[in-house]
This record gives sequence, structure tokens and C-alpha cells, in this order.
Amino acid sequence: MERVLGDKRAILILLGPALLVYSLIMLVPIIWSLGYTVLDGNPIVGFTFNGFDNFIKFFQDPAAWSAIWFTVRFAVVMTVLQVGAGFGLSLLYVFWLKRSSSAIRTIIFFPIVLPTVAVALLFQRLFEAAPTTGPVNSFLNLLGIDSVDWFGTPAASFWILLLMGLWQSMGFYGVLLYAGLLDIPEEMLESARLDGAGGWKLIRTIVLPLSLPVLLSSLIFSINGTLKVFDSVVALTNGGPGNATTPLTVYMFQTSFTYGQYGYGSTIALMLTILCLIFTIFIFRSTRRDVTKS
Amino acid sequence: MTTQTTTIPRVTPRQNPRSAVPRKRKVTARQFFSRLPIRVFLAVLLVIVIYPMLWMFLGSFKTQSEFLNEPFWALPQSWSLDNYVSVFDSGFGTYIVNSIIVVFPSLAVILIVGVAAGFALEVMVWKGRGTVLLLFLAGIMVPTQMIILPLFTIYFRTGLTGSYWPMILTYIATGLPLTVFMMATFFRSVPREIFEASTLDGASILRSFWAVGLPLVKNAIFTVGLVQFFFLWNDLLIALTFTNSDALRTIQVGLLNFTGQYGAVQYGPTFAAIAVNVLGTLFIYLFLNQQVMKGLTAGSVKG
Repeated sequence: MERVLGDKRAILILLGPALLVYSLIMLVPIIWSLGYTVLDGNPIVGFTFNGFDNFIKFFQDPAAWSAIWFTVRFAVVMTVLQVGAGFGLSLLYVFWLKRSSSAIRTIIFFPIVLPTVAVALLFQRLFEAAPTTGPVNSFLNLLGIDSVDWFGTPAASFWILLLMGLWQSMGFYGVLLYAGLLDIPEEMLESARLDGAGGWKLIRTIVLPLSLPVLLSSLIFSINGTLKVFDSVVALTNGGPGNATTPLTVYMFQTSFTYGQYGYGSTIALMLTILCLIFTIFIFRSTRRDVTKS
Repeated sequence: MTTQTTTIPRVTPRQNPRSAVPRKRKVTARQFFSRLPIRVFLAVLLVIVIYPMLWMFLGSFKTQSEFLNEPFWALPQSWSLDNYVSVFDSGFGTYIVNSIIVVFPSLAVILIVGVAAGFALEVMVWKGRGTVLLLFLAGIMVPTQMIILPLFTIYFRTGLTGSYWPMILTYIATGLPLTVFMMATFFRSVPREIFEASTLDGASILRSFWAVGLPLVKNAIFTVGLVQFFFLWNDLLIALTFTNSDALRTIQVGLLNFTGQYGAVQYGPTFAAIAVNVLGTLFIYLFLNQQVMKGLTAGSVKG
């Protein structure tokens, strides 16, 4: 038995192809990319060694700081909104809609599978101010408010990116957290209700603590996704106005492919990876502490 | 117990104003009004989710002058397919074909190779399998930006640039971590006794994998395949990096560049292009929504 389940040849046949492809196209490039951070140039003009210049440049580069600031701000606000809205929806599904929620769950979930490029082009039209007045501005006009040039100011562009993200993802987080809420035993909720805990008190004292594990994984999943935001920015605002909505991912892409600076591009990519790690560990540790307290 | 006794009186007065409406039909009216805010909220929510898509489909039939002169809620004056014709005239058909050429072979390789690896990592017993699984896990977190520059160099040096290969190879590699991890999880839920029994019956492990393991996780493979399909089909970053000519563009890159080709936005064709792009996913979702929901949420909790 041991010999069959530990058959070396079979392991090689089954695991070999996956491990080979994964190593050659993921692991080797990751190490390679680390090597690029101390170089300057690109594969067409050649590379020269420049030590830690890329890192020094990164920390002195106002555009890099603006990209970090945007990335962090976007990721934190988006994560709070996504997971918050998702949790709200999941409560709605479990406590108010009960069994009739299936169709609504399915409809609100749908936008997550849409291509982000398509959604972004659609949102450009929805929020358009000129030459035609889009539905959102028309609605504002109806309320007596002047049309807003949503893509002309940094603040408005930021909010549209958030709104679009929320529109696409709230249903997804709703279902994700809904699955977590279903795991809470019905007897537990029933006995809490009999004890007089209703509404907010029930949610705060029973539902919230018990759904903490699934909330935690949602937070980590969300922050990791939103720190890497790329499609929606490229397609909706292309980083503008100016570079007001340029996250690290887009800045890295521009640096590498528009300006041909592979060394500096790799440095930005490495910083993004570190940022993802820091946030994941931070969320993981801060929620761990809360669990032990309560 | 003490906290509960103090909260009961605090909760009841808050409910009173609601029931203070008509006394006669007390229960039904109360039920109706307490349900009303939720119903209104739900209706608004559904409109917000559905209306943009409806607006887009209607818009794909409108002419440029209808866009410029009519309010946004006007219905199209005719159901002509002119916009769709102009979308396909501008080369959108090629983009769709390109997407199919790069996505489906990648998907097939990801599933075959990934399922086998998941089996080797979960069912089989050997030293170091935990480390290898962790190695695959790391791939889920590392941003794709970390690998595209070296890959660009590799593909450039090996002369693959300018073909479909860079996209296919990169898709396979980026799709593997999640697939391997999800398949390992699915194999974990299969009782080990089943594999032990088939081994006792004299089957080799490769045979157990083929004749026992695969049929048991058939549904799981389908679910993972759906999830990966959406990731690959909707991908922009990798497609944007490795398409250096119009002839290679996938549907997403094609759509991104669609509006840029004209001085002024051609509304009708743009809406039709979005509609064409969305239609594929819409159809899949229409028929397989439960599996899609299950797959996507399973992929994230574990990931």
C-alpha cells in the first residue's frame, strides 16, 4: 500500500508537467525579476548594472509615491465597501429574504463575471457629461443639480472607480459571506432570540463573531485583489486625470513598456508584492488578536 | 441573564411607532410597513444592477443621432443590426477567434495537468508534498507584474514574440496555482479508503487516478474549468503585454482599443461591441449560474 501510494514514477508522471511549467514560467521569472531590480535597461538595448539606484529612485520619485498612495487608498476603501456591502447583502439574504433569496442572489452576483473592460466602457457612458448627457447626469439634472464632469477631477474619478468596483463585486461578496452565515447553527440563533436578542444586538453579539473566519478570508481576498487593480483603471480612467488614479500596477506597466525601463519596472513590481504581503499579514494578525480578546 | 433583562424594555419601545398605524388590520399593516423599506431597497438595488446592462443592449440598436438628440431613456427607433455589422467589419470577429485560440488550449492544459498534480499532492504519500503545495500557493499571491518582464525577455529571445504562444504559456502558468490548490481540496474530501481499496484490488496508482479518482471529481473539474474560463477570457494584463499587433488582439484588448480609433465616440458601435463582448459570459451564466457561483466563491475562500 505505502509503496503504491508513494510510487516515485507515478508522482513524476502526475506532478512533473505541472511543476515543470509552473517553475519555468512562474518561479524562474520571479527570481529573474528580482535580478532586474539592480539593472537598468531593457532586452532590446541591453542591461547595465546600477546597484540600488532603482530603489533610491523609487523612494525619491513623486509619481511612485502618488501611485503607492492611490493604491493603498483605493484598496482600503474598496475592501471596506466590498466586504461591508457583501455582509449587508448576506444579512439581507439570510434574515429577511430567507428561502426566496435565490433569484435575487443570482442576479446581484452576475456582474462579477462580466469582463471589466466592458463594464468600464459602459460606466464611461453612464457617467458621461458631454457631448451627450449620460443617465447619471440626467438623473442629477432632474434633481436640479448641474452635470458633473466625473472624469475631469481626481476625487470624482476615484469615486467612480469605487462605484464600479462595488457594482461588480458586491453580489459576489454577498454570496461568499452568505455561505458563511448559513454555517451558523439555527438553534444558536433561536436561543439567542428567545433570550431577547433581536436585530442589531443579535448581529453584533452572535452573527458577527461567528462569521469572523469567513469575514477574515474575504478581507484578505479583497485586499489582495484591490491592491492589484489594473483592468478597471486602464479601461475606465487610464490613470487620469493626470496621474491621479494611477496605481502601482499601471505605473509599473507604463514604466516598463512605454519608457522601456525594465529595471525600474521590476522594482515597482517588487514593491507591490511587498505591499500585498504587508497587508495580508496585517489583517491576519489584527483579527487574530481580536479573536483571543473576545 | 442580567444583560438580557435590561435590554428587553429598551427594545420594545423602539418597535412601538411602527405598530401605531391603523389598529384594525394591525398585523397585516404592520407586516406590510415593516417589510416596505426592505422591498423598496431591493427594488432599487435590482434596478441598479440590471438597468445599466439593459441600457447597453437597447443602446446597441440606436443611431448616433439618437444618442446625441434623444434623452437616455428613449427606446431605439428601429431594431436594425447596423451597429453590429460595423463592429464585425472593424475586425471584432478576429478578436473573438484569437480569444478562442488562446483560451481553450490553455484551459485544457491547465485542467489536465492541474488535476493530476492535485491528485499527486493530496492522495499520494511522499516527503515534501506540503512544501510543493505551499510553492503553488505562493503563486496565487504574487502579482502577475512580477513575471511579465522576464517572460517578455524569454519570449523575445526564443522568437515566440508575435505568436499566440506567449499568451498560452503564461495563461497556463498563472492558471495552475489556483487549479492545483482547488483540486487538492476536492481530492481531500474523497474518502481515502476508496483509493486504498482500489490499490488492494491490485490497481496501479495511475490506474486508480484514471479509473477511480477522475470520475469522482468530475463535477469539481467542471467547476474549476468554469472559474478558469472566466479568468482567462476576461484577462487584460497578460493579453495587453503579449499582443504586439492588431492581428493577435484578444476580445478584451480589442474592446479596449475600440473607442480609441475614432475622433468622436461612435456610440452605437461601441455599445454593440460591449454587447458582443458581454454576450458570451451572459449565456454561460444564464445556464450555469449555480455552478459559477459555487466555483468562484470556493476559489476565493481557499485562495
